[in-house]
Amino acid sequence: MRTCRQAAALVIAREDRALSLPDNIALKLHLLACKACPNFENQVLTLRAAMGRWRNDGDEAIPTDPEP
Amino acid sequence: MSETLLAALSKPQMFGNRSQLKTWLIGILKHKIIDLIRSNARLVTAPDTASDDDGDDLDRLLFKADGHFAETPNDWGKPEETLRQAQFFQVLDACMERLPPALGRLFLMREWLELSSQEVCKELSITPTNLYVQLHRARLRLQECLNLHWFGGSRVSRSG
Repeated sequence: MRTCRQAAALVIAREDRALSLPDNIALKLHLLACKACPNFENQVLTLRAAMGRWRNDGDEAIPTDPEP
Repeated sequence: MSETLLAALSKPQMFGNRSQLKTWLIGILKHKIIDLIRSNARLVTAPDTASDDDGDDLDRLLFKADGHFAETPNDWGKPEETLRQAQFFQVLDACMERLPPALGRLFLMREWLELSSQEVCKELSITPTNLYVQLHRARLRLQECLNLHWFGGSRVSRSG
């Protein structure tokens, strides 16, 4: 079983490259067993979603009222 | 300047609102940058591989020697809730501006220009390993900044 440090590194690495099958499986198993790493994964996924929104909408959050 | 661009700027009322015009202009600018990069025009110098971090290695601060987290990572809750808040994006902008320039440039090539990892490596003349190390640092820094300035976390300490 990988350490949290190794699992966290894989979660981050996954943002920029595909993981190997063994790494993918080891990561998924670790996330099932660990209480800390799912929180870290949520942070990484939140940043991913935030960058997607930022990239497409600039400094706007979800659309608010139309400009007058 | 292209004909289309000039035409658009002379008739801003063509666009429904200012933010649509802004989005459109930014899209054009972004694609021009991407085209320049892909045509092999050297725009950026390779990042200084001597660390920008001043020894602030987040990895070492976040984890104990046995590989466990020094502190359980904060629960950031549902991403949808976070992204609903305009102020969050102001904090995100500020955190991105705080990235060391070399890291910021590299991060934006991936996240704004959406260049592939291979394209970034080619443009900056760095190895994939070097790229992934730097992206790791950039992502951890952003998360740590957001944790501190939005999600109510405390600063990782340089103890022991």
